[in-house]
Amino acid sequence: MAWSREEMAARAAKELKDGFYVNLGIGIPTLVSNFIPDGISVALQSENGMMGIGPFPYEGEEDPDLINAGKQTVTELPITSYFSSADSFAMIRGGHIDISILGAMQVAQNGDLANWMIPGKMVKGMGGAMDLVAGVKRVVVVMEHEAKGKDGTAESKLLKRCTLPLTGAGVVDMVITDLGVFEIDRSGKSPMRLLECATGVSVDDIRARTEADFVVA
Amino acid sequence: MRKVYKDAKSALAGLLKDDMTIMAGGFGLCGVAETLVEAIKESGVKGLTVISNNAGVDGIHLGKLLETRQIRKMISSYVGENKIFAQQYLAGELELEFNPQGTLAERIRAGGAGIPAFFTATGVGTVIAEGKEEREFPDLPRFAGRKYILETGLWADLALVHAWKGDSEGNLIYRKTARNFNPMMATAATVTVAEVEHLFPAGELEPDQIHTPGIYVKRIVHVPDAPKRIENRTTRPHPTPNH
Repeated sequence: MAWSREEMAARAAKELKDGFYVNLGIGIPTLVSNFIPDGISVALQSENGMMGIGPFPYEGEEDPDLINAGKQTVTELPITSYFSSADSFAMIRGGHIDISILGAMQVAQNGDLANWMIPGKMVKGMGGAMDLVAGVKRVVVVMEHEAKGKDGTAESKLLKRCTLPLTGAGVVDMVITDLGVFEIDRSGKSPMRLLECATGVSVDDIRARTEADFVVA
Repeated sequence: MRKVYKDAKSALAGLLKDDMTIMAGGFGLCGVAETLVEAIKESGVKGLTVISNNAGVDGIHLGKLLETRQIRKMISSYVGENKIFAQQYLAGELELEFNPQGTLAERIRAGGAGIPAFFTATGVGTVIAEGKEEREFPDLPRFAGRKYILETGLWADLALVHAWKGDSEGNLIYRKTARNFNPMMATAATVTVAEVEHLFPAGELEPDQIHTPGIYVKRIVHVPDAPKRIENRTTRPHPTPNH
């Protein structure tokens, strides 16, 4: 047993607080918007220059001038504002966004994050990921606990040290995987802590499938 | 009407030379000056360095200039949607400089604003920081306790921007997320050429609503039928009416 993608997104949504300004990455993080708890109102930022992302448009109402950072058609809300890319990243770099929830290839126990390139493969680019992890107040990673190879092997993505090129050094505050929830002290003063196990997952299961060192909270 | 040109070709006349640097506005295919880029393709100018967040997609926008091998180097943050780009890059035929998206936006803004360089925390501890000056600011409370790297301002020979509305003075108004990189790029080139979906005589746009003041725009061309494309069409079904 472990958490599904939806359950991971729902767990990540619990990190949102009323009034937060939020940037969601592509993949599982995008699903977080479907699980925002009742009574909590947040504004979703898109780094291409929009605050207050609305749902996908009704069929036939798509506007080519209205897209999110994944280039998907979206809609406006009553709270929406638009701005340039420079203003958008001033917002991000300047620490005005409360939380960024994004995916990762690897996270290290010291908060290092790798999510933009695999040497030897075609590199697509980091987009806004380096700016987001450097600037946003709190960074939450949502990812599968292990990378599964085609031959059936599984490698821990939660490591002592990242082996892939970094997106940011010491930038991650929390990691939510299909197996559990971990808290990281960016300053490196205290070790990574396991806060919660996913449904039906034991601490021993997690230890067996994690390369990084952690303590149980 | 000295800034208004009758078509894209005449708006670019005399501005193009091999090995020049061009900024191209847009995010994905949103807010791109596709008519002007088409005219660049037809001109045959080559050896271009293109500063653009993305590299178009196959056969569209900058994808066309890649097909014709007019681009020598791209300065971008994300080039994921382009197979020709990948082929040319992996074959060593195309240079690529990745910038974090916010750093790219700020480098352009800085170049236009006359700022040669600035410090940012983005990219510290990554390959982006290699070879760049690193500094701390212990005496500045807002910035103490972190490392920053020095990034330089960008400038181009030519900037191509797309706006929703423009007037004969070159004042521009962008629409929704089609604004993106266009306003900064308009400020950061020797000559900025704007294509606009709706062209008005001076005085008809509300001065308080202008995003790019006309001082930055040397030439303007009306493109009433400019293609507007959607990369990822995502929708939800209409609500089912109650019976």
